[in-house]
Amino acid sequence: MSNTTIQVDALESEAIYIFREVVAQFEKPVLLFSGGKDSITLVRLAQKAFYPAKIPFPLMHIDTGHNFPETIEFRDRLAKELGVELIVRNVQDNIDSGRVKEETGRYASRNMLQTETLLDAIEEFGFDACIGGARRDEEKARAKERIFSVRDDFGQWDEKNQRPEVFDMLNGRIDLGQNVRVFPISNWTELDVWSYIEQENIEIPSIYFAHKRKIFVRDGMIWSADDEVVFRDEEEKVEERMVRFRTVGDMSCTAAVLSDAVDIAKVVEEIRDSSISERGARIDDKRSEAAMEKRKQQGYF
Amino acid sequence: MKVLKIATAGSVDDGKSTLIGRILYDTKSLTDDKLEAIEEKSRQRGFDYLDFSLATDGLVAEREQGITIDVAHIYFSTPSKSFIIADTPGHIEYTRNMVTGASTAQASIVLIDARNGVIEQTYRHFFINNLLRIKDVVIAINKMDLVEFSEEKYNTIKAEIEYLASKSEYKGQNLTFIPMSALQGDNVVHKSENTPWYKGETLMHHLERLDAEDINDASQTRFPVQTVIRPKTEEYHDFRGYAGKLYGGDLAVGDEVAVLPSQTKSKVKTINFFDKEFETAKRGSSVTITLEDNVNVSRGDMLVKVNEEPTIAKELTATICWMDKEPLKASQKYYIKHGVNDAQAKITQLSSIIKTDFSGIEENPSELVLNQIGDIQLKLSKPLAFDSYKNNKSNGSFILIDPKSNNTVGVGFIK
Repeated sequence: MSNTTIQVDALESEAIYIFREVVAQFEKPVLLFSGGKDSITLVRLAQKAFYPAKIPFPLMHIDTGHNFPETIEFRDRLAKELGVELIVRNVQDNIDSGRVKEETGRYASRNMLQTETLLDAIEEFGFDACIGGARRDEEKARAKERIFSVRDDFGQWDEKNQRPEVFDMLNGRIDLGQNVRVFPISNWTELDVWSYIEQENIEIPSIYFAHKRKIFVRDGMIWSADDEVVFRDEEEKVEERMVRFRTVGDMSCTAAVLSDAVDIAKVVEEIRDSSISERGARIDDKRSEAAMEKRKQQGYF
Repeated sequence: MKVLKIATAGSVDDGKSTLIGRILYDTKSLTDDKLEAIEEKSRQRGFDYLDFSLATDGLVAEREQGITIDVAHIYFSTPSKSFIIADTPGHIEYTRNMVTGASTAQASIVLIDARNGVIEQTYRHFFINNLLRIKDVVIAINKMDLVEFSEEKYNTIKAEIEYLASKSEYKGQNLTFIPMSALQGDNVVHKSENTPWYKGETLMHHLERLDAEDINDASQTRFPVQTVIRPKTEEYHDFRGYAGKLYGGDLAVGDEVAVLPSQTKSKVKTINFFDKEFETAKRGSSVTITLEDNVNVSRGDMLVKVNEEPTIAKELTATICWMDKEPLKASQKYYIKHGVNDAQAKITQLSSIIKTDFSGIEENPSELVLNQIGDIQLKLSKPLAFDSYKNNKSNGSFILIDPKSNNTVGVGFIK
């Protein structure tokens, strides 16, 4: 035993408290896991919340089929190491069956299509709480989100009529068919997440670090030219540059940034000095001023 | 780095969102892409200035109506401090959302439009800050540019708020008055040349210096058990840990504790956090503890130090802020959530409605409607272990949940 005092950092302590409330208040929670830095951070926090017991809920990935191969490899390995069940549901299945229609053209993305697959999976497994890695600093509609956010049986967010959330009392009472989206790292900023990953020495997929990649530039954004899922005009010139990704969503809507940050300390430094927001590299947010709010009303996580 | 949580309050059009936008802009906290978006939208709307409220009003309906409907949480930092600002709505209809934002704040900014002075909504916001016992309150007298930066106007408003404060029973509050123009940036981050008569600090300078106490600052140990951890693995076959967050006080290995409400006594055997053990735990930490004896502890029970027991009772008296369209009436039943504990609660008496201008009470009303504040008595289905809100914010507050709608309908402050 070390002769020391524990005072968990406030953000970490709050997140752990939230995880424990989820397990105590819900029958069938699930952690929405994309293989990105935020959901990886959630996994570490969940480990801490229930140690020495295992994480008492499965991980679920809604796979668009357009994910970076590095992320998928990482996802499978992590679940195996933790001994936690990993559920994968594929957007491709809904495209094949004709339930959703794939977009075409320059800005085609499968990001929107995830919603349908997510809602199907919630119904299939009867999940009553879906834990996600969204943060309020990401985007202005996200900034309005409660920590326990109630969705109706269509997965809809009623943004104008949210439950008051006072002090840290979390009300998880719901009717059958409703479910709650839970955001344990609501109050973290992008820099908080990176600093935590550095402090905890958490492993993350390699695409977060600077690497040489074939890219092309469109609308001032850098797109991966390595993968055929990103639409590219013949005249859009391919070049090789040192880049990294700040977010890892669907490849078709996640742009890279020029970077020489090859380790976590350099990434933290880069984020600290950046004059562009994290969501600045997410093309689907730029569709309209209310893009995120609209997706959330329809059941997007 | 220290984090300061701040809530804003003020009436519609007093400029709360504009003030936050101004702070972000003047502290260079807006990233280029967000600033470009504000510039473009302001241009589209035909404004000849930057509409900073576009940075925080994140909902379509808010931008349509030009009002804030729900709390937005804004994050930024200066070299010495990190800030979380809850931008709360001013419209009376959304008072409950203001309470939501203010409940976790260590400091509060109440905006007043210098042209209108102290109005009914100001009373309400000032009252709620006092009810929540927020220690540091800034009275931001805004839109000074529209009253020619008049010192007289400023003094009149200041005197009125000071008179109001004198009538509040909460005396521990620090009030700071700052004349400003959020739109033009006077005294927000930069000192204004338009108010040579004002000798105080700018808003940001004040907030940076503020060493606010934590919202859960309390000296007595309160450890509500959230969940019992039983791994049932080979390695941890007999492990039975009690997971929770330590509210107030501290806890050390060897401390004699009582399990409430049963009042069974035992000693702290280990304090665990992840794969390490510690000698002591400080307030605010989410830890897992084990006890020397195999006592019966379940979710909702509370561990306290022997001789520091709170009240254990099946009845309580509280001030309540009502947040639902369905009014509160005596004899109605609700679920009460007190920290992580649940019980059923019946309103045995609705004693009074408290007027938010400190002008007194209305006795024995028939109901409490949305956004009204009153005193009630509750009968509980099981005994709860509680403190007064004055002594411990976490253990002295509760919410009421409507069993029909499952909505959170009221927040209570135990007397």
